[in-house]
Amino acid sequence: MSDAPAVIVDRLTHRYGNRDALRGVSLQVAPAEIFGLLGPNGGGKTTLFRILSTSFPPTEGTAQIFGDDVVAHASRVRRAMGVVFQAPSLDKKLTVAENLWHHGHLYGLSGPALRQQIDEMLTRVGMLDRAGDRIERLSGGQQRRVEVAKGLLHRPRLLLLDEPSTGLDPGARRDLWEYLKMARDRDGLTILLTTHLMDEAEQCDRVAILNHGELVALGTPKGLSATVGDEIVWLQANDPEQIAGRIRDTLAVNCTVLDNTVRIEHSPGHELVTRLFEQFPGEIQSVTVRRPSLDDVFIQRTGHRFWEEGDDEPKSQI
Amino acid sequence: MTNPNPKSEISDLKSETSNLTPEISDRFWLPVASLWFREVVRFYRQPSRVIGGLASPLLFWLLIGSGLGSSFRHTAGGTDMEYLEYFFPGTLTLILLFTAIFSTVSIIEDRREGFLQAVLVSPISRSGMVLSKILGGTTLAGLQGFLFLLLLPAAGIRPTLTGIALTAILILLAAFAMTALGFLVAWPMESTQGFHSIMNLFLIPLWLLSGALFPPDGASTPIRLCMRANPLSYTIEGLRVTMYWNGSADSDPVRTLLISLAVTTLFGLVTFAASVALAQHNIRGGK
Repeated sequence: MSDAPAVIVDRLTHRYGNRDALRGVSLQVAPAEIFGLLGPNGGGKTTLFRILSTSFPPTEGTAQIFGDDVVAHASRVRRAMGVVFQAPSLDKKLTVAENLWHHGHLYGLSGPALRQQIDEMLTRVGMLDRAGDRIERLSGGQQRRVEVAKGLLHRPRLLLLDEPSTGLDPGARRDLWEYLKMARDRDGLTILLTTHLMDEAEQCDRVAILNHGELVALGTPKGLSATVGDEIVWLQANDPEQIAGRIRDTLAVNCTVLDNTVRIEHSPGHELVTRLFEQFPGEIQSVTVRRPSLDDVFIQRTGHRFWEEGDDEPKSQI
Repeated sequence: MTNPNPKSEISDLKSETSNLTPEISDRFWLPVASLWFREVVRFYRQPSRVIGGLASPLLFWLLIGSGLGSSFRHTAGGTDMEYLEYFFPGTLTLILLFTAIFSTVSIIEDRREGFLQAVLVSPISRSGMVLSKILGGTTLAGLQGFLFLLLLPAAGIRPTLTGIALTAILILLAAFAMTALGFLVAWPMESTQGFHSIMNLFLIPLWLLSGALFPPDGASTPIRLCMRANPLSYTIEGLRVTMYWNGSADSDPVRTLLISLAVTTLFGLVTFAASVALAQHNIRGGK
C-alpha cells in the first residue's frame, strides 16, 4: 500500500450565507489510520464531513481523496468511499438484505458476487440471522450495525462516519469500535469519523480538533495531551476567583477559573497540592490531580470548555 | 432468493475478493432498475396507498357519474352518452394523477428518513436517480390505470383489443408525464404538508380544466383557452378516441390520437428534463 495520504484537505473554507462554518482548514489523513474530527456541535466537523462525502462543494479550497478531487472527480471519489451518516439512511419498509441489495446495485455490484458480499458483511457485523427482517423491527444499535455493513458493502478504501456512536448504548459502542479497528488492521481501511465525545476521540490514531470552523489542534491523542503538561490540578473553593488570584501571587503558578473551578497546569501535581494546603488551610473544599486529556487540550487551545459556546444542546456528557 | 453457488465456489470467490475492491461497473440501468423496483415494493407494502390511489377516484366516478346521470347530455360521434361514460377517461386520468403524484411524495419521505442522502453520495448519476423515481411512479400509476380499465364494460364501453393496447400506451405516457410533474413539485419540498397545498392549488385545477369533467365547447372563452393550453386535455381527447377504437381508419380520430400522443410525449419529455435539471442544480450548501 502506498504512503500517499488517503485524504488531503487544503485550506478548506465553507460559508452558509455569511456564517463561516469552516475557515481555512488543512489536514491530511494517512492510509489505514483512524482519524477523528473532534469538536463541539457547530464547530464545523459535520460541514467538513459533508464536503468530503461529496454532498456539496466547498466555498473555497480543495479536498482530495486518494488523489481525486471531491468536486471534479466526485464519481471516482464516491466509488472509493463508504459513507455512514449520523441520521439513518436505511429504508425501513425493506428488509436488511433488501437494503443492502439495492445499495450494492447503486455501486454496480450484482448477482452472486453481491449476494456473497452481503452475507459476508452481515456476518462481520453479526446481523446475518436478521437478514430477512424489516429495518423497522430492529433496535437502534442493530440498525447502526446494518448501516456500517452498508457503508462497507462495496469494499471502499475509506469509510466516513458521522457521529457513529449516536444513540448507541455502551456495549454497542464497544462492538462498533472493535469492528472498526479490525477493519483497519485486517483490510487496511482508512477511517475518518466525527465525534463530540472525548473518550471516543481518545481511541483514534490521530485527532483534529475543530472549534468555530478552525483547526485548533492536530496530532495523536497522547501527543496532544502531552503538550498540556503531565498533570493538572483542579481545585474547588468558596470563592474561586479570589483564591486563584492569591495562588498566582504566592505560588507563582499559572491558573485559570473555569466553571467555578480553579485549574492549574503544574507538574508534579502532588507537590503543588501539599503547598496549596499549607498556604490556604481551611479554604479548599476539594482538590483533584488528573493527567491531561483531550478536554484539557481543548481548554488550553480555545480558552473555554467544550460545551460553552456555539453549542445549543450537548447530546451527552462524558 | 436462493444462492445457486455451491459452497466450494463461494469460498473461492471469497479468497479472490477479500483482497480486492470488487469490480464496480459503470452500468447505467442496474442502479436505475434497482431503485425503480424499490418504489414498487414500497408502494405495495403500504396498502393504504394502493387503496387511496384507486378508491377515491372510483368513488368520485360512481357518485358524480351516476348522480349527474342523464342530466348531462353530451353528443359524441352522433350518439348521446350518459355522464358515467363521459366521466370515465376523466376518472382514469384522476387515478393516474393521484397515484403518480403521491408516489413522488416518497421523495420527501426519502429525504426526511435519510435514504436519499446515501443515494446522493453513491455513484448513480442524478439523471439515473430521477429516472428511477419517475419510472417507479409510472409503473404504479400505470398498473392502477390498467386495473380501472376492467370497469370499461360497466360504463357501457366495449373496447377492441387494439383500442385497449392504444389506451395502455397513452396511459403509460401520461403516467410518466404526471410523475415527472410530481417530481418537480416534490423535490424542493421539505414537508408533505406543503405538497398538499400545491396539489390543491395547481394539480387539481390542472385536472379540472382538462375536459375530464366537462367538454370545452360549452365553456366560457377564458376557460376554453386554458383547456386548450392544458396538455392533459390532449391526453383525455386521445383516451376518448382509443376507448372507442373500432378499426375504421377515419382520418379525424386518427389525427386526434396522433396529436394526443405527441403532446403527451412532449409533456413527459419536458417535465423529465426539468426534473433532471432541478435535481442537478440542487447542490445545497445550507443546512
